[in-house]
Amino acid sequence: MAGSIITITLRNILGGAVLAALLIFSIGTAAAVAMRGQGLGVLGVADWSAVRFTLWQACLSAGLSVGIAIPVSRALARQSFIGRQTLITLLGAPFILPVIVGVLGLLAVFGRAGWISGMLTWAGFAKLSIYGAPGVILAHVFFNLPLATRFLLQGWGSVPTERFRVAHSLAASPWAYFRLIEWPVLRSVIPGAFLLVFLLCLTSFAVALAVGGGPKGTTIELAIYQAFRLDFDLGKAASLAVVQFSLCGGLAILAFLVPLPQTDGLGLDRLPQRLDASAHRAADAFWIAIAAAFLIFPLGAIFLRGVGYIPDLPHQVIAASLTSILIALTSTLVCITMALSLALAFARRGKLARSLAEGIGVLGLATSPLVVGTGLFLIIFPYAHPMTFAVPITASVNAMMALPFALRVLMPAVRDTYADYLQLRSSLNITRWVWLSWIVLPRLRRPLGFAAGLAVALSMGDLGVIALFADPDLQTLPLMLYRLMGAYQMDQAAAVAVVLVIQSLALFWIFDRGGQGYVRSK
Amino acid sequence: MLDLNNVCFQQGDFRLTADFSVPTGARVAVIGPSGGGKSTFLNGIAGFIATGAGQVLWADKPMPDHPGQRPLSILFQDHNLFPHLSVMDNVAVGISPNMRLSHSQRHDVSVALDKVGLADKSASFPRDLSGGQQGRVGLARVLLRQRPLLLLDEPFSALGPALKDEMLDILCEILDDTGATALMVTHDPKDALAFADQAVLVTDGHADGPKPIQQLFDAPPPALAAYLGNRT
Repeated sequence: MAGSIITITLRNILGGAVLAALLIFSIGTAAAVAMRGQGLGVLGVADWSAVRFTLWQACLSAGLSVGIAIPVSRALARQSFIGRQTLITLLGAPFILPVIVGVLGLLAVFGRAGWISGMLTWAGFAKLSIYGAPGVILAHVFFNLPLATRFLLQGWGSVPTERFRVAHSLAASPWAYFRLIEWPVLRSVIPGAFLLVFLLCLTSFAVALAVGGGPKGTTIELAIYQAFRLDFDLGKAASLAVVQFSLCGGLAILAFLVPLPQTDGLGLDRLPQRLDASAHRAADAFWIAIAAAFLIFPLGAIFLRGVGYIPDLPHQVIAASLTSILIALTSTLVCITMALSLALAFARRGKLARSLAEGIGVLGLATSPLVVGTGLFLIIFPYAHPMTFAVPITASVNAMMALPFALRVLMPAVRDTYADYLQLRSSLNITRWVWLSWIVLPRLRRPLGFAAGLAVALSMGDLGVIALFADPDLQTLPLMLYRLMGAYQMDQAAAVAVVLVIQSLALFWIFDRGGQGYVRSK
Repeated sequence: MLDLNNVCFQQGDFRLTADFSVPTGARVAVIGPSGGGKSTFLNGIAGFIATGAGQVLWADKPMPDHPGQRPLSILFQDHNLFPHLSVMDNVAVGISPNMRLSHSQRHDVSVALDKVGLADKSASFPRDLSGGQQGRVGLARVLLRQRPLLLLDEPFSALGPALKDEMLDILCEILDDTGATALMVTHDPKDALAFADQAVLVTDGHADGPKPIQQLFDAPPPALAAYLGNRT
C-alpha cells in the first residue's frame, strides 16, 4: 500500500509543479504585463484599428476555413479515388508546417512576383498584391482549411453506414437528406471547429509579421511586436498585451463551454460507402481539385525554387539549424514531461480534474506567445538583460504552445491504460516500477512518439517569441528565413525554407516512427 | 413474388450468388454462419450493393436501381432511428421524407405509434427510450410504410428473450395486417422457428433456395450442422 501512496504523492507533486509553472507562465506574465501597462488611454487610433482588424480577420478566416471545409470534406467523405488517402494525409501537413514557409509558398503563387501575377500580366491585367488583410486571411485559410476539413471528415466518418442506408431506402429528397444526415454532423462539429480556428487566428503572429502591416493589416500581436521592437515603448506593448489577453481569456471561457474538436490529428478514416457518390461526382471533383491545388502549389513552388539554391546558402544556415534543433529538442523534452506529468496526475481523477486538464489545454491555445514574451521580458528586465535568455525562453514558450496538442494525444491514452489494466495491476500486486516501465510507458509509446513529433515540429517552425528576443547574432531557421525575405533574397529564402521543412519533417518522422517501433516489433 | 435470377451481389472481394424465388407472403428466416454473406444478401436485395450479374425481380418486374424506389422496407440491428428527430418524426419520415405531413398522414403516424404501444412517447427522442422501445419505433415506421417486402437484418438480436418475443409478436401482427413478404436474418434457431415457415441457408457466398424450416433443422446439411453445433 505504501508504494501506491508514494506513487500518488509523486504524481501529485509533479502534476502540481507543472500546473504552477503553467499558471506562472500564463497568468503570471499577464499580471506582469498588466502592472506595467499604462491603461487603455495610451492606445491610439491605430491601436484600436488593430484590435478591430484582429477580430475581423479571425472571424473571416474562421468562417472561410470552415465554410470551404464543408464541401471539401463532404467530397472527400463520399468519393473514392486514387490518391485519396495521400490527400487526407497531406491535409495534416500544414499543421506541422513552419508558418513562415507556408507564407513564402503563398507569396510564390499569389504574390506580386508569383505565378498568378505572372499569368495576369501576360494577359494584360494588373498584378495581385496580397500584403495586408488579403494576405493575412489567405494564409490563415491555407493553414486552417485543412484542419477544419479533417475535423469535418471525422464528423462524416462518425455517421453509421446504416443511417445513410435508412435515408436512401426512404428515398429522401436532397433537403430531407440534409436534415436527416448532414445537419446533425455540421451542428456538432462546426461551432467547435470555428472557435478553434478563430482562436488560432487570434493568436497567430508569424503570418501577420510576414504579410501583415499597414493601417489595414496590423493585428494586435504585430502591434505588440512593433511597439516592443521598433518603438521600444514597453508601456504601450504592455497595454496592447492586456487587450490581447482579455480577448483570449474571454474566448477561452467560451471555448470551455463549446467542446473543441479533438486536435490530435489521429482521426480514423473509413472508406466511403455512399450511394450518392455518382450523383455528386462533378461538384465533388471540383472541390477536391481546388483544395488539393491550394495545398500543393505553394509547397511545390517553394521546393522548385529553393532546392537548387541550397548549395549557395551562407554558412550561417548551419548555426541557425543547430540553434533551431537545440531549441526544438529542449522544448519537446519540456513539453512531453509536462504533458505526461499532467496526464498521469489527472487521468484517474473525477470530472472536475478532467475539466481542469481540459482548461489547461484551452489556456494554452488561448495564450498569446507575444503576451507571454512581453511578460517575461518585463519580469527579467530589472535583473538581467533579457536577450541573453532568448534560447531558454523560446524553448519554454514553445513547449507551452505545443502542450495542448500533446495533452490531447496523451490524456485519452493514459486514461484508457488505467481503465483497462488498473484492476489487473491490483490483483497481480504489480509494483510501481514494473507498472510504469512495463505497462504504462509501453502502452503510451505510440501516443508519446506522436505527441513528441508534433511538439518538435511546432517548435522547429516557430517564429514568435524568438523574433521578440533575438539579437542580430542569434537566429533560428525561421528567423533567418524571415530576415532573408525582408531583404528580398527570395531564392535564398526558398532554399532555407526547403532546409527547414526537411529538418522539421525528419524530426517529426523520427519521433513518430520511434513510437511505432514497439508495435511493429511485436 | 421475389425472384432472384442468377444474381451475384459483389461487395469488394466478396461475392454472393443466389438463384431462387420467394413466394408472396412467405416468412423466411435467413440463417448461416457469420461471414457467410447473410447481410450482403439482404443489402443486395435492398439495393445498397450493386447487382453484378443476374436480376432481382419483384412481381415479375426488375427492381429499380435506387433503394428508395424499391417496394421494400429494411430494418437494421442498430441505427434505424435518427437521434436528433423525435419519435413522431422518426416514424413520419417513413412516408414523407420531407417531413411535411398532411393532416391524414399525421393521423396515420399516430395510429402506427398506438399500434406498437408508444402513443405517449411521440414527443420523446430515441435517447430517452429503452432498446425495446426503439425497436418498436422502427416497427411503427415499417407498419406505416406498407411496403410489400420487408427485410430484417437481426433487428432484435440485442434484446433479451422476453422483449425479443414481444417484438416478434408485433412483427407477426404487422405481417398479418399487411400480408407482406418478409426475410429476416437471425442467429437464433428458436427465433427462426417462431417467426418463419421457411429458411434460406447462406454459406460461403451462396444462398440456397428456401426450404421448410423444420425439415432443414431436422436433417441439416453439413454446413448448417457445423454452424448449429450439437444443439438439439
